[in-house]
Amino acid sequence: MSAAPQITWNVVADIRQLFDYPFMVNALRAGTIVAVVAALIGWFMVLRREAFAGHTLAVVSFPGASAAILLGIAPAYGYFGFAVLAAMVFAVATLRGNGGRTEESAIIGTVQAFALGAGFLFVSLSHENVTGAQALLFGSFLGISNSDVIVLLAGAVATMGILALVARPLFFASIDPDVAAARGVPVRVLAVVFFLLLGVATAEASQITGSLLIFALLVLPAATAERLTARPGVSIVITVVIALLVTWIGLALSYYNNYPIGFHVTSLAFGAYVLAYVFQAAARRVPVAGMAR
Amino acid sequence: MTVLLAVVDPLSGIGTMLSQPFIRNAFIASTAIALIAGLAGYFLVLRGQVFTGDALGHVAFTGALAALLFGIDLRAGLFAATVAVALLLGSLGSRGRADDVVIGSVFAWVLGLGVLFLSLFTTSGGSGNGAAGIRVLFGSIFGLDGGQAWTAVVIAAATLVVLLGIARPLLFASVDEAVATARGVPVRVLGYIFLGLVGVTAAEATQAVGALLVLGLLAAPAGAAQRLTARPYRAMALSASFALLSVWAGLTISYAVGSWPPSFSILAVATAIYVAALTWSILTTAPAWPLRDRMRARGGRAGGPNEA
Repeated sequence: MSAAPQITWNVVADIRQLFDYPFMVNALRAGTIVAVVAALIGWFMVLRREAFAGHTLAVVSFPGASAAILLGIAPAYGYFGFAVLAAMVFAVATLRGNGGRTEESAIIGTVQAFALGAGFLFVSLSHENVTGAQALLFGSFLGISNSDVIVLLAGAVATMGILALVARPLFFASIDPDVAAARGVPVRVLAVVFFLLLGVATAEASQITGSLLIFALLVLPAATAERLTARPGVSIVITVVIALLVTWIGLALSYYNNYPIGFHVTSLAFGAYVLAYVFQAAARRVPVAGMAR
Repeated sequence: MTVLLAVVDPLSGIGTMLSQPFIRNAFIASTAIALIAGLAGYFLVLRGQVFTGDALGHVAFTGALAALLFGIDLRAGLFAATVAVALLLGSLGSRGRADDVVIGSVFAWVLGLGVLFLSLFTTSGGSGNGAAGIRVLFGSIFGLDGGQAWTAVVIAAATLVVLLGIARPLLFASVDEAVATARGVPVRVLGYIFLGLVGVTAAEATQAVGALLVLGLLAAPAGAAQRLTARPYRAMALSASFALLSVWAGLTISYAVGSWPPSFSILAVATAIYVAALTWSILTTAPAWPLRDRMRARGGRAGGPNEA
């Protein structure tokens, strides 16, 4: 690059500068798609208190990708294969369900650690260099092609379409499973469908951004919104807006100062969360109704 | 060569293996680490705090990289980060237990910091430094020297003494918090002490299996033990035994199959034990519910949709 981008006081010029390079335009497009998907799925994940499962599904993309590299197949097969497999294990674990929540968390933890260990084995066996492993884990926004963006968009439309179809019963089942079950809502089927959606959506996004960023975008915007309002509609809008803002600003900051995008996005999102936490503590008049339990 | 020897004559194969200093150090350190991970893991699973273990593993990564970046002792960074964040997570929740969304929020950011440190550290010193990051993430048990191994033993012994010292009241507080509080058990203080111990355990285990895989040593042996028995002390002993079996078998497998990283072999054995325990308990159809849920069911307080 002949001239490194310089930040100036001219905001309009700075923003225009962001769009000078095709890689940056594609990064912004991909970031926008990932932010919206993660915000919407993450909103339900936070409502259902399934952050641990979400984190695990986000990191199984690492063994998925490294297995695909080892076998010489397209990474997408690895990503989706492992994510769906892990989601099915969780689904079976919750369906059997006589162990309750403590057993579920032991299973999730075991799946996650084994998956990461297997990923490390695959990386070792394929003699991939260490930066490759780190890119799989922490992602990078460089080198996203036009076709990547189109594939990402198609997947996003599909998963969000399914989410829209199940949104109402899923919301009911998440807030009060007992009453929902009594009213004939298929609570357990919805739990399985949600795990699969979470797995597929995170697998898809991890290919571009790495597992760290997708987890931050899943949990932080929704956790922030939850502290600000108890009204579902408002809360979803706040979640999406925060996710978009932190992704865009994070990308712009990385463009200018070369620090990793993951650091910027997580810091901005965590900053918003801390502000909401303080705001909620200050406005103690009406405690925000616990939305899940 | 070594594999052949071990197959022909297992005893002399093990003798040859243990005569090598790096293997001996690995066995010494991992034995100590497995004991405390198995015991702390039992309480973690019983209290439904496995996600905290996950978070602390990732915090260990950030702490270690911060130490590497600022040129201080790696273990100082590990222990400071994990214990501090463990106590922070305790203070954010009610009665020393944080909600999993709070945990997720804090550790997503800590991990973001870790990525920053990794990037700064890697760019500051070339490819050797990049490998250091991978060592922190996935462990380097075969790289410990004698001094490090015995330090691990001393720290593990201290942790073990404290954990066994508070085991009885902690068990009470974990199984039925309300009754324990009413009986004057300092539930909150115990929660903090326990989280501090988990922080120490996570930092210790990071040296063996790596920051990303700590979770497995905490969750898998304890989950398997709880599947097999509902009696707490028996489950604790089982959990510690399973953890020991995992690291011993894992180290031996990796010694025999050179291309398998030890952290993978250890977790593979731990996972296999869990799967076996799960299968066993399903086949024998004894309703080996974890103690906490049983007590809950007895008390008539439905814990969730599963009991409905």
